[in-house]
Amino acid sequence: MNSLLAAGDGGGLHFPSIESLLEWPGFLFEGNTFLELNKVGLIYLWAMVAPLVIFTLAIRKSSLVPRGVQTVAESSVDFVRENIVMQTMGPDGMKFMPFLLSLFFFIFFANITEVIPFIQFPANSRMAAPAFLAIVVWVVFNGVGIKSQGFFSYFKNTIIPPGVPGALLPLVAVIEFVSTFLVRPFSLAVRLFANMLAGHLLLVTFAVLCENLWAKNILVSIIWAPFIVLIGLTGFEILVAFLQAFIFTILTAVYIGGALHPEH
Amino acid sequence: MIDLLAQADNALDGLKAVGAGLGYGLAAIGPGVGIGLVVGNAITAMARQPESAGMVRTTMFLGIAFTEALALIGFVVFILLNFA
Repeated sequence: MNSLLAAGDGGGLHFPSIESLLEWPGFLFEGNTFLELNKVGLIYLWAMVAPLVIFTLAIRKSSLVPRGVQTVAESSVDFVRENIVMQTMGPDGMKFMPFLLSLFFFIFFANITEVIPFIQFPANSRMAAPAFLAIVVWVVFNGVGIKSQGFFSYFKNTIIPPGVPGALLPLVAVIEFVSTFLVRPFSLAVRLFANMLAGHLLLVTFAVLCENLWAKNILVSIIWAPFIVLIGLTGFEILVAFLQAFIFTILTAVYIGGALHPEH
Repeated sequence: MIDLLAQADNALDGLKAVGAGLGYGLAAIGPGVGIGLVVGNAITAMARQPESAGMVRTTMFLGIAFTEALALIGFVVFILLNFA
């Protein structure tokens, strides 16, 4: 049951088992539960260090007319400000800018390793980090709501939307409670995780297809078909890696904005 | 008897695979139609009012994200049925 395309024994096309695609052995501090490091952990460390390096370099050599790495840093900050903060929270949301920017960069750099040669593994296709990020976002938007509106009025404003007829109120309140406090973090985590896992499996499928056709000389004449699809999918996955970081961040901004300003 | 049990086990595995495939396929229908509606209407809005394209695009991505979640849950169920 652990192979998708295994066709009998011998000749067929062998798809690697999903464990071998997703579970990496530790190579540092083996046996130590807290310190053991594998490829996924290494990618997360990279996703943490890479934005730090980019922004430190941009600050160190900053000039009025941006050049080189400073252009990258400034345009990304500008992108997050114009497309995420201003669109969803307005000028009030500028104080959440550092949080949203680090969220965006962490997710993006953990995703983009999906298409970087020799790494080719999106760290967010393991559930741990998306789930943890979703919990962080849950704590932040609830904390912001409680701080700006007070505990009871935040709760009331959240589960009782304005303008609901009395008879429907119990039903609507239950639905709003479940969708705000339970479904939001769940769907946030599952969206990121499932998108990256699906992308990884797609790329692996076509790479395995290419490799198998390459190995059997007689089929070399049709290798271009899966190869072209593989190249197209790689481009698509770059888009998905960016888009998922963007969507995670913008949903966070929407949730924080909703907690900041209750609907009237 | 053991033969029969083994056969039943094989049949169960097969049914699981069929269910996983059907489940994902069915879960993809609704979101497919839904994302089509969202993007189609967003394009109409952008064509009518190009100056509001930025706002429409942001809202469009939000709508896509919410619509897509159901298909992704279907995909997760597929993975769970096949590999867990």
